Amino acid sequence: MSRKIVVTGIGATTPLGGDAQSTWRALLAGESGISTLEQPWIEKYEVPVTFAGQAKVAANQILTPQEAKRLDPSSQFALIAAREAWADAGKPDVAPERLAVEFATGIGGVWTLLDAFETLQERGPRRVLPMTVPMLMPNGPAAAVGMDIAARGGVRTAVSACASSTEAVANALDRLLSGAVDVVVAGGCEAAIHPLPISAFAAMHALSKKNDSPATASRPYDVNRDGFVMGEGGAALVLETEEHALARGAKIYAELAGGAVTSDAHHITAPDPEGTGAARAVIAALKQADASIQEVVHINAHATSTPVGDIAEYVALKRVFGEHLENIVVSATKSSTGHLLGGAGAVEAIFTVLALKERVAPPTLNLDDQDPAIPLDVATSPRKLPDGPILAISNSFGFGGHNAVVVFRSYEG
Amino acid sequence: MPLSQSEVLAGLAEIVNDETGISADAVALEKSFVDDLDIDSISMMTIVVNAEDKFGVKIPDEEVKNLITVGDAVNFIVGAQG
Repeated sequence: MSRKIVVTGIGATTPLGGDAQSTWRALLAGESGISTLEQPWIEKYEVPVTFAGQAKVAANQILTPQEAKRLDPSSQFALIAAREAWADAGKPDVAPERLAVEFATGIGGVWTLLDAFETLQERGPRRVLPMTVPMLMPNGPAAAVGMDIAARGGVRTAVSACASSTEAVANALDRLLSGAVDVVVAGGCEAAIHPLPISAFAAMHALSKKNDSPATASRPYDVNRDGFVMGEGGAALVLETEEHALARGAKIYAELAGGAVTSDAHHITAPDPEGTGAARAVIAALKQADASIQEVVHINAHATSTPVGDIAEYVALKRVFGEHLENIVVSATKSSTGHLLGGAGAVEAIFTVLALKERVAPPTLNLDDQDPAIPLDVATSPRKLPDGPILAISNSFGFGGHNAVVVFRSYEG
Repeated sequence: MPLSQSEVLAGLAEIVNDETGISADAVALEKSFVDDLDIDSISMMTIVVNAEDKFGVKIPDEEVKNLITVGDAVNFIVGAQG
């Protein structure tokens, strides 16, 4: 008997809202989470990009001061999102040895690292906090989540830049399908709205420089797109075997039907213009889902709003879906949230799950003049999805040539 | 002017509360940092460094292992004040 894996809980803290539902409602309402940064370091360092998608609800409004003190901001977002997802799933009664965590980040504890270096320079080594290492390590968010829910079936961290948390969801699927565990909390987080990462991404011309119009800067597929917009936050999904979920009477959002990871080995940052690696990931994920391309009705695209990235993804999708691509409704939700880097895939997995559950593809903002080289059917307002069994995919691609794709199927209870 | 034992205790309790969330009232002289207050070594080092800053004293690393109770720490700080 083949095992089904289902989504039973979701949680998120994003530029659109402090939890999954308020994020989703704001997304459907066409809100932008992007705004001008007011931090003093903007002026101090003359940072070339002065806007981003900051978490709508600050982490220190949710966590206790002692929790916040011991966690890098990335781990704070992770913990908030995971706690929400865990509660949403009804805090499953599962043996700790059968519970695992797959929690990703793209960059890790960059605030902690750079703050500690400042402390070292200004006050010497004795003033460097003893918690510095556990706070800055990239597995810090996964470890914090694992300790919080007492997961003893393995706590792992996928690190593959902007593909990280989609890879984490795919890894969770593998662990569940293998029978190693019954429940996995999977997700991703990022907290890199800091002058150094902003300067570094700007130096490689990856970021939009539309400082005068933050809310319209993230514009996937538009002819005037000029780069991505940084976002921060975290998102988590509770994934479990259908058997386990049904036995405890859990509500089920959707089935996680497939997941795949491939690599380009083409260029450290540029996507393969032929899109073959990305296409292979989509095909492998659909194969795992035992699905045909005709079943796919919706795609939450990676679509970061960079000139070359958006086209490369289109080329890959065209390669996979051919003429059926025109029947698929595409959403590019980074137009609202900005790009949460290692957290993006998990946020978008939640959007994909909710799109299937509520039968609505969320809108893509700022698509005023669609690039003729990307003739996708893009939802610019909420679009009804068909009834009956349907499939949707979520793509994430990362610097390093990482391609990660997950496939969700609507769940008929 | 050097601080009294009770003034140091109050200041130390504030540091412990800030780092761990333990109520300042619970930070009494006879309490053991590890056995009673459940303070781990990482928190202890942070408390030590913050106490050094607050009271203007130096607490050598080799001395920290001798500071079993809150009273040990308070007495060390009182004695170490210039």
